[in-house]
Amino acid sequence: MIGNDPAFGPDNRQYEPGNFSSTLSAAGTPVFSTSGRGPRLLSGGGRRAGVVSAISTLVVLAALVAIFLAAPGSSQVRHTFFDPHDMWQSFIGNPKKGYYSVGAAIWLNIRMFLAAEVLILILALVIALIRQSTGPVLFPLRVLATIYVDFFRGVPLLLVVYGVGFGLPALRLSLISGQSYAVYGVIALTLSYSAYVSEVYRAGLNSVHRSQVAAARSLGLTQAAALRYVILPQAIRNIVPPLLNDFISLQKDTALVGVLGAIEANQAAQIYGSTVFNYSSLTVAAILFLVLTIPLARFTDHLIDRDRQRRLAGAVA
Amino acid sequence: MTVDSLPGAMILEDVYKSFGPNPVLSGINLEVAPHEVVCLIGASGSGKSTLLRCINLLEPIDSGRIVLLGQQVTGPGIDANRVRRQVGIVFQSYNLFPHMTVLRNVTIAPTKALGMPKAEAEEAARELLARFGLLDKLGEYPDRLSGGQQQRVAIVRALAMQPQIMLLDEVTSALDPELVAEVLDVIRGLAADGMTMLIATHEMGFARDIANRVCFLEEGMIIELAPPAELFTDPKDERTRRFLRRIVDAGRL
Repeated sequence: MIGNDPAFGPDNRQYEPGNFSSTLSAAGTPVFSTSGRGPRLLSGGGRRAGVVSAISTLVVLAALVAIFLAAPGSSQVRHTFFDPHDMWQSFIGNPKKGYYSVGAAIWLNIRMFLAAEVLILILALVIALIRQSTGPVLFPLRVLATIYVDFFRGVPLLLVVYGVGFGLPALRLSLISGQSYAVYGVIALTLSYSAYVSEVYRAGLNSVHRSQVAAARSLGLTQAAALRYVILPQAIRNIVPPLLNDFISLQKDTALVGVLGAIEANQAAQIYGSTVFNYSSLTVAAILFLVLTIPLARFTDHLIDRDRQRRLAGAVA
Repeated sequence: MTVDSLPGAMILEDVYKSFGPNPVLSGINLEVAPHEVVCLIGASGSGKSTLLRCINLLEPIDSGRIVLLGQQVTGPGIDANRVRRQVGIVFQSYNLFPHMTVLRNVTIAPTKALGMPKAEAEEAARELLARFGLLDKLGEYPDRLSGGQQQRVAIVRALAMQPQIMLLDEVTSALDPELVAEVLDVIRGLAADGMTMLIATHEMGFARDIANRVCFLEEGMIIELAPPAELFTDPKDERTRRFLRRIVDAGRL
């Protein structure tokens, strides 16, 4: 585990909120947010429309680049955030000089994301089913589930990360207090995101018409069988796009676990910055997160399109 | 225990049901003999659908008694799933499972509710689908079928549980006129095979053909119950006459 590497002192892992937020907005805007999206949004059919949208995109891009280059502090910003040498050094890392590889650290983000995703899908479903239940026996559970969702949707994820990451170890319980920061991070992400995702599930369950339940029950299927074979498959099909949307968000939020000291990509980039005093490492981390999230975003778009076409075909038939 | 040995396949005694303050069924008494076909007619909102849903235990009744195949099914401690396995119901809007193929729609209940092996369930399903001219559709999804085909699949789905009683809830009301006949033919086939059926319908001609007795409902009460020849030609009650006059005026009889 990267986070437990003894070669580095804990003094390197300082979280610097001021630096982080100011640098990200300065570096992020001109480079990423205008790329590629324009033509797709503007295309309205015909070659002329294509030419117009291509030209307007180029003009906007050129204007933004020009503003960036003409800014009084441009060369300094370019050196601090886009220096190719520093970008490469922070990507591969150099333990002898006291900084980690951002490229290796992203692997921790990926593992935390995958673990949290599985746990969230399970926990959120349980919460949603409890909240959707109707029996009077389950009333106390329903109240608990509602409080849970209210609480974890209302508390900032960063505070949950701190609470779990510093609170659970302090309990000094044998099983749960000796885990790595990444494990606490996964627990915090799961607690927080399950509250959101359970609401997505609930929307999905509500989207299946009551007559489907009646049909399933009228055939003698038990409530559990009706749920499993008839209701859930349809509900989940309806909520795949919003679910994936939440998971794109989850991929990014694994970076918050860095505040505990786990060496994930963002934390590794910060360490590089505070060691070498060059923040090109943050640009590297941003690019790596984009490499992770963009494919998932495109996949989500693809599923939305496919779903729309399927339903249109269904309406015609 | 065979159906024939019983006095009635379906006995309703003083059944009351209301939705909130609105009474829907106000003291229904009805006995359906084995192999008998009874048609329920009446205006929308007269309680036909609710009556069928209560018999299938999809709606709890407020008071009264329902006895199916010699067994009381109302009251505490009743395993509704066991009751439903013997009583098939078909809905106006088909309610097929859209994410399953026709074959899976038909086999899901036998395999998951009865524990029938998959191969056996599929064999039985093929046989039933073939009987109703749907064998070439078994790999299709419901939204690729016409309304008439969907409704026939829904009937096959209910029959796959080998029910002793079938409840049909205005099964042709959602269909285009040219598709009504194919579904009615299927129901005629069931009647000829001796299926005990309670049919809510707006098709008066069909009711006259197929029913042993016709039951006119108004405001949750049975106004008149008689063989079709009698009820349609010589209705005793003024309310029945008024209803039938409206039907004739609308050109539906």
